[in-house]
Amino acid sequence: MIAEAGLIALWLAASLALLQLFLAFAGLKGGKVELLAAMRPVAVAQGVLTALAFALLITLFLRSDMSVLLVAMNSHSAKPWLYKFAGTWGNHEGSMLLWVAVMGVAGGAVALFERALRRDTHMATLGAQAAISLGFYAFLLFSSNPFARVDPPPPDGQGLNPLLQDPGLAFHPPTLYLGYVGLSVAFSFAVGALLTRAVDAAFARAMRPWVLGAWILLTLGITAGSYWAYYELGWGGWWFWDPVENASLMPWLAATALLHSVTVLATRDGLRAWTIMLAVVAFSMSMVGTFLVRSGILTSVHAFAVDPERGSFILALLAVYIGGALALFGWRIGSVREGAPFELVSRETLLVVNNLLLSVILGIVLIGTLYPLMTEAFGHKVSVGAPYFDRIAGPIALTLMIAMAVGPLTRWRRDRLPAVGRRLVIPATGGAMAAVFIAAVAWGRIGPLPFFGLTVAIGVGIASLAPLWKRKLLRTPLFTWGMVIAHLGCAVSLAGMACDSAFTVEKLVAARPGEAIRTAGWTLRFVKIMPLAGDNWTALQADMAVDRGGRAVMMRPQSRFFTSPPTTTSEAALLTQWDGQLYVVLGEEVEGGRWQLRIWWKPFVTLIWFGGVLIALGGALALVGHERRGWLVKWRSRRAVA
Amino acid sequence: MKALIALFLAFAAAPALAQTALPPAPWADRQIPDARQERAAKALMETIRCLTCQSQSIADSNASMAADMRSQIRERIMAGERPEAIRAWLVARYGDWVSYAPSADPILWPLWAAPLVLLALGLVLMRGRIRRSRS
Repeated sequence: MIAEAGLIALWLAASLALLQLFLAFAGLKGGKVELLAAMRPVAVAQGVLTALAFALLITLFLRSDMSVLLVAMNSHSAKPWLYKFAGTWGNHEGSMLLWVAVMGVAGGAVALFERALRRDTHMATLGAQAAISLGFYAFLLFSSNPFARVDPPPPDGQGLNPLLQDPGLAFHPPTLYLGYVGLSVAFSFAVGALLTRAVDAAFARAMRPWVLGAWILLTLGITAGSYWAYYELGWGGWWFWDPVENASLMPWLAATALLHSVTVLATRDGLRAWTIMLAVVAFSMSMVGTFLVRSGILTSVHAFAVDPERGSFILALLAVYIGGALALFGWRIGSVREGAPFELVSRETLLVVNNLLLSVILGIVLIGTLYPLMTEAFGHKVSVGAPYFDRIAGPIALTLMIAMAVGPLTRWRRDRLPAVGRRLVIPATGGAMAAVFIAAVAWGRIGPLPFFGLTVAIGVGIASLAPLWKRKLLRTPLFTWGMVIAHLGCAVSLAGMACDSAFTVEKLVAARPGEAIRTAGWTLRFVKIMPLAGDNWTALQADMAVDRGGRAVMMRPQSRFFTSPPTTTSEAALLTQWDGQLYVVLGEEVEGGRWQLRIWWKPFVTLIWFGGVLIALGGALALVGHERRGWLVKWRSRRAVA
Repeated sequence: MKALIALFLAFAAAPALAQTALPPAPWADRQIPDARQERAAKALMETIRCLTCQSQSIADSNASMAADMRSQIRERIMAGERPEAIRAWLVARYGDWVSYAPSADPILWPLWAAPLVLLALGLVLMRGRIRRSRS
């Protein structure tokens, strides 16, 4: 009955979305803004129903109900409960239901919590959200029903890809989806503002927290995904320029640009058309990403459903929504008046530079990802990977980092070049000293990109703290703290990337138990190798006593064999130190009782993800900082009433 | 059902058979003693696609074909071949698909021009938004 209840919840939610769209249409057409009061409960109920459908699917997975096709195809009764739970979204249908649930709940939240938006714009926004949701309900119900039954039910399921059987699966996809789909709110806001001609500073202030919220979650989701790939795949890489990674990076780049342009719109009432455009592009990139992944037209480790029919369905949705939004943009944007142009030396200009460079990087990633598809149409298969993206996007990203350092040290409206220069003396000196030091220590070992990367990271790291100098730290507004911490996070992350690619020491060795291996100042004593059994796997585990002069620590890399489906995975052992990570992987047995080991010492590699967390934390502080004023006002007025 | 089990066993056994049939790859996971040569080999491996995997380079793949190619690359580097010559040899053998570094083939010119076009377009758009500073 649970599966049927889930299906009914989905159908009801879809009907409510239709009703919501109809109410918005009627309200806007007849100028009856009071219909907004009726739309609110509809949107909230829709959110509750989609969340319920998702909760029911989780229940089916937890119960290992093999009469449900999706569970039988992707789960197994012997799996630990965490992977039964997280396995709910480790497949095509489940992840699309998660998508729809996030979209429904986000719409409900906009109905429930948004108070700053003009009422007609609010109405149009909810209508737009309902319109996007409808397409995805249709996709789910007509071509990806997660609740379909199978008769007769198989004795047990086929199991989940062992690579996904990791706590990372419980965290990375939901966070990423919250961010990915959370951007649909920005899209709906943009459509709502275009429809009701409400593109102004007040609108930007209302939209900003929603953009920030989605962006924070997207940042966390990408960071988590990168760390997961790093330790799970067992090769020590943290970014592969895989099409699916690019698919998550593109909305992030657009959202980051949007975050900055919405600030210009909120503060200076400038960049109106551009901000609306970015809001449309950001969610469009989420949809393009979904299309690329779900259609299976790009080979990727993430593609679990290769189905041309589904691909065409999503392509049709893409065409309707992106095409529709762009057509609306073209039709209405003429009536959006741009403010006066900016002064050349002003924070506005640097924010425009930020937007320009982020958009160019976005364009490069998009073109680089799609290009192999285009040439394949001409019968010529090519690959576009790290050598292209690093070489092209790398220098632009470094330029962007420098703009990021200068921006907060430049005043709004108008500043003087010499004054800006004076504020940059200390960071520039720090960067230059770092450059000399790095060149002296590592010349000949370090490539140009890591060299400039590290130099810029240090200079920008110092500059990012500069807005706090000579200020009373406790009285500094929370959103200033947020900006400082997020920018510092970018520098920290960049430093980690540069250190990893410049200073990683690799050691490949075939060793026998009893032998000792020396690399990068570490001594690894291979103590023994022994078999081990888990819930649904057996493993060989190597015990390595590891030290660099002090007390030895045990590291236990494993090679795991899963039976359903039959796969071997390597579980790397990681030892985190303040100055880096030691990474040990147990490979296969080679001749003479030796075992293949892969050992990496990765100096400061953890900074990559620490920086990512700082960026998200900065976003959270900015969000609280901007919103707190509103909360304080509300709280005071409520107390006054009481 | 029996046929299914037989089919499954055949698939399960296939990798083992394939492994014994392949020539040994002595340098697949063994580093070149000369650090400079090893760095060059590693840098090249990171830009060569594993043809039997899903978007992975041969530097981070467990596949036997990737191991074979790693061994080939190390042996050729030790023999004094230049990395770009090895890449050209691999491309000649497996096609452009094998190299993650796009070549200068005319079909790829738009790819290389794209960043410049985007930057130029952006600058033109930006010019409209920024006032010439009052001198």
